[in-house]
Amino acid sequence: MSTTLEAPAATRGLVEITKVRKSFGPTEVLKGISLTVEPGGVAVIVGPSGSVKSTLLRTINHLDKVDAGFIAIDGELVGYRVKGNKLHELPERDILKQRTEIGMVFQNFNLFPHLTALENVTEAPVVAPRPGKPRRSQAEARERGLELLDRVGLRDRADAYPRQLSGGQQQRVAIARALALDPKILLFDEPTSALDPELVNEVLDVIRELAKSGTTLIIVTHEMGFARDVADTVVFMDQGQIVEQGKPQDIFTNPQEERTRSFFSKVIEPAFNI
Amino acid sequence: MSSAATRTSQSIPEAPSPPEAPSPSEAQSPPEAPPTTGTPSPTGAPSSAGPARPAELRAAVDYADYRLVPARRPWRWVGTVLVSLGVAAVVWSLATNPRWEWGVVAQWFTAKSVVNGLLETLKLTAISGALGFILGFILALMRLSASPLLVSVSWTFSWIFRSTPLLVQMLLWYNLGYLYEKISLGIPFTDIRFFEAQTTTLISQFAAAVLGLTLNQAAYSAEIIRGGILSVDQGQLEAAAALGIPAWRRSTRIVLPQAMRAILPTAFNEIIGLVKGTSIVYVLAYSELFYTVQVIYNRTQQVLPLLLVATLWYVVITSVLSVFQYYIERHYSKGAVRTLPLTPLQKARKFFATHAPVNTAGRK
Repeated sequence: MSTTLEAPAATRGLVEITKVRKSFGPTEVLKGISLTVEPGGVAVIVGPSGSVKSTLLRTINHLDKVDAGFIAIDGELVGYRVKGNKLHELPERDILKQRTEIGMVFQNFNLFPHLTALENVTEAPVVAPRPGKPRRSQAEARERGLELLDRVGLRDRADAYPRQLSGGQQQRVAIARALALDPKILLFDEPTSALDPELVNEVLDVIRELAKSGTTLIIVTHEMGFARDVADTVVFMDQGQIVEQGKPQDIFTNPQEERTRSFFSKVIEPAFNI
Repeated sequence: MSSAATRTSQSIPEAPSPPEAPSPSEAQSPPEAPPTTGTPSPTGAPSSAGPARPAELRAAVDYADYRLVPARRPWRWVGTVLVSLGVAAVVWSLATNPRWEWGVVAQWFTAKSVVNGLLETLKLTAISGALGFILGFILALMRLSASPLLVSVSWTFSWIFRSTPLLVQMLLWYNLGYLYEKISLGIPFTDIRFFEAQTTTLISQFAAAVLGLTLNQAAYSAEIIRGGILSVDQGQLEAAAALGIPAWRRSTRIVLPQAMRAILPTAFNEIIGLVKGTSIVYVLAYSELFYTVQVIYNRTQQVLPLLLVATLWYVVITSVLSVFQYYIERHYSKGAVRTLPLTPLQKARKFFATHAPVNTAGRK
């Protein structure tokens, strides 16, 4: 990990997923996935429900463990350490360190309901062990937290509790919370699926801004119009496998695989009517 | 409020009666009624349907400035009167029946020995309550851990202490000296001893009482705390883990405050139960409130008045605890509800503000 050198944004955040397999009980859900996302790139993963897109996302920050294969960020293995010809799982503390460089935004926001918007944003930077960086003081975290809330347009709601905010506002706070640790990579797990259609755009606009910032984004979504707008790479997954990936203009207009064609023919029409 | 408004505006077409007289007719909701009259019109015609609207469906008057009067509820008053009569009868009999011997109650209520007993009761409750819940918290974490050994140890602890009568536990601890003459601390299966003492000198009445109450309390509070922790959404832990928040902080800052909402009502039940449960240590001849009172009435033969003294003190403690419970629960409901419920004081203020004499000349 680039612990000592503060590299320019676009050279950090290379994600390499290699031959990743995972089973839940007898069912294999990830069937040997390989995917590379360049530093500062925006990969959008689409596909039918049950294609375990979320599971893939959760293996990237080791919330779900892989059974085989590996994931590396800027060349460093996530969750494991090489010893001889074995991969040993890292102790909790080191995994926490790695996670502070990988922000995650959930479908159901998962804001802490008993903390205010600002407290949600400032909690982790004060207590989480960040590699090569000291923990922030309360005052620093607060200042940076207000800055981030300002960036997502919610500075005036800093003292509101999550239940006093609309869904779109909650998701924007959740994005600010993920940004508070200055991650190299941001994972979005269907960030707009729990929102009213009217509130979807306020969240997508924030993500569009982030796409220009040089942070690597990996986004699972059903918003095809948005995917076409922001993605460098669109990845189509079905039944635990990557069926096809490519530039949005290619994959949306000229898919090579029959499965991709049939999926897009069903979902694209309504999605572009936004 | 809005239901009253709905009804008044619906009684319009025939007779523009005053808003105080609601009409049972729900049939004709005028399309251009204000938004508070939210009952959908049976014809389903939106107000934009405009020109085709029959004139008799229109509201004759603009009621927007009328004062809203809540519906009267006569049976509530009947109920109130009946219950008040019942309460009055009980109070009257308590006050006038000489056999309650209130004079004796008053004489002993603040007697030095009784107050000493009371302090012992409070001391036992505080110590075994605090230790019991701390141990219970640890047991709950063990039970929720991934280690099968910790899970089974915690389960067995709760199983044993919940299946033994507290009375038996008390007597067992007090008579521990019969089972084990000496208690020592050292390395097992060697002769190395750091500390050694006679069991009987170590386990006093107080120690036996605290030990018994604490371990018993821990077994119950472990389950209460575990239930509270389980009630917190798994997504909270995931979010905290994804943010790199360390495990201990995840428990204390993220999960526990949310679990408290589920834990507190039952936990206060337990504490209040413990206050009275301490009376069981009378079997150890430990001079807490109940034992003290027994000693006194054995001497003076004023059994009922003295039991009443103890009862009144238990009522006082419980009442104080209930007030604490209310405010602590309120504290932890922060963020769980959009607006905090009113405190009794605020409710009283609101009651007098809204039940001020109705000014019927309120309309313009």
